[in-house]
Amino acid sequence: MSQFLSDAFLPHVPTFIQLFYLLAMSLFIFGIKKLSSPATARSGNQMAAMGMLLGVAVTLFDQEILTFEFIIAGMAVGGILGFFAARSVAMTAMPEMVAIFNGFGGGASALVAWGEFSRADISLWAGQDLATAGLGIMIGSLTFTGSFIAFGKLQGFISGRPVTFPGQNYFNLLLTGVILILVGWFVTDPSNLTIFWSIFGLSLLLGVFTVLPIGGADMPVVISLLNSYSGLAASMAGFVISNNLLIISGALVGAAGLILTNIMCKAMNRTLGNVLFGAFGGGGEARAAEETGGKSVNKTTADDVAIQCSYADKVVIVPGYGLAVAQAQHILKEVAGMLEKKGVTVKYGIHPVAGRMPGHMNVLLAEADVPYDQLYDMDQINPEFKSTDVVLVIGANDVVNPAAKTSPGSPIYGMPILDVEQARRSIVFKRSLSPGFAGIDNELFYADDNQMFFGDAKQSLQDLAVAIKELE
Amino acid sequence: MESLIFNLFIFVLASFVGFELISKVPPTLHTPLMSGANAISGITVIGAVVVAGSVDTGYAQWIGLAAIIFATINVVGGFLVTDRMLEMFKKKEGNQ
Repeated sequence: MSQFLSDAFLPHVPTFIQLFYLLAMSLFIFGIKKLSSPATARSGNQMAAMGMLLGVAVTLFDQEILTFEFIIAGMAVGGILGFFAARSVAMTAMPEMVAIFNGFGGGASALVAWGEFSRADISLWAGQDLATAGLGIMIGSLTFTGSFIAFGKLQGFISGRPVTFPGQNYFNLLLTGVILILVGWFVTDPSNLTIFWSIFGLSLLLGVFTVLPIGGADMPVVISLLNSYSGLAASMAGFVISNNLLIISGALVGAAGLILTNIMCKAMNRTLGNVLFGAFGGGGEARAAEETGGKSVNKTTADDVAIQCSYADKVVIVPGYGLAVAQAQHILKEVAGMLEKKGVTVKYGIHPVAGRMPGHMNVLLAEADVPYDQLYDMDQINPEFKSTDVVLVIGANDVVNPAAKTSPGSPIYGMPILDVEQARRSIVFKRSLSPGFAGIDNELFYADDNQMFFGDAKQSLQDLAVAIKELE
Repeated sequence: MESLIFNLFIFVLASFVGFELISKVPPTLHTPLMSGANAISGITVIGAVVVAGSVDTGYAQWIGLAAIIFATINVVGGFLVTDRMLEMFKKKEGNQ
């Protein structure tokens, strides 16, 4: 694009490009800042998108760029694919979508490092350039394959169970070590293409072997971590081509991924090491179901639930992923609306890992037109349970299990939960007494103040809606 | 070597900014945050553009092309899907 500019202006182009990069970076930062409230979040995202557009647009004026056919073709293909993927994906499939996009991002970073390596005169490269190129290829490649394995596990193409073999963790550690040594070797002998290809190949393998042993339920953590990696990969690519915008944006994303990974691990009461190397999931389920023997539960009916809710002052709804599986968000919203018309205060209490990734349940409820000011985080809603008349627990289980606070032997002991048992009455909508994801029996079901409303979540809510109507 | 050190400073400072900014995002918005941040990581498209647009280097162009396709999927898809999600977040009054 620089050929369209006047000769007098040409020497200043690099400066202007940098200034626009500065602007693009500011847009990213302001964009993320605006994500701190649902009211401004959408414009924040659009701001970040503008920053991206600006960054790409001014890059076209880079004097190194002489042909545009490949650029236009690539953007057209990628843009169309991205557009249709983003438009057609179901909100429940968001973890898969993020995994795929992330895989492509990591792959792109690896390709940039490779392309830069093969087009440039590497005899001019300093050791640091080679090192960052090597690391960029490593991180980008393992993000690429790791993300697609994670996608396969979430989709069920690949078994969600941990796939392990003896000594797997040591093998992965060894593989990581070997790749790092190869990167070091590559710095001293960049013309040796065998080393270069080995870094590429082994890193792709490492991505596969790192994610395969992790259980399907932990995939969101993995995706978040890989998201952080793809940020790092972008930063590395930025080091290679000395581009501050890439370095900064990559660092922002890297930080975002790490924070979210940390939040998820805390909410699940696990350490990152345990997620990555623990091969959690599978086994253990059989044991819990048998223990339910001697204890009895209070069963309830739609009419009874309708009466209790209609005459309550405050009702808190605790939704879990089971609600989304049953596609019952819309009917739930209707029931909540009917109760509000009767003057009942309705709030939703949402656990950080409700749904399949942090904040997923909020998106699913937003899709059903539940206003976000009715959605309360765990820390906001927990103090309110004491003054709550009725809690409706729908499709959630482990996140309301008091064993997390009371029985030190339990696998979920220490996990932060919603203090549903403090409410005057809790009603659990559930198909049966079967244990949840973690495979642990739930004491809440047998509590005196708790009632069980057995059945499919959607059907139960429809019955409840009818029953509430009949009260009028 | 100075440029490496300089770049490292930028990297570390930006990481701190990232931590500060992102720890203020409420849990309600964590899914859109994840997909939005993911879209930003597609910034690598800028590197891809430079690689694909520089001539006379046969196969590097094809690598660049693949990189552009990958990164554009990441960027366009990421921002659009985030927008789709955030569009649904509505306040009570704005409803109906």
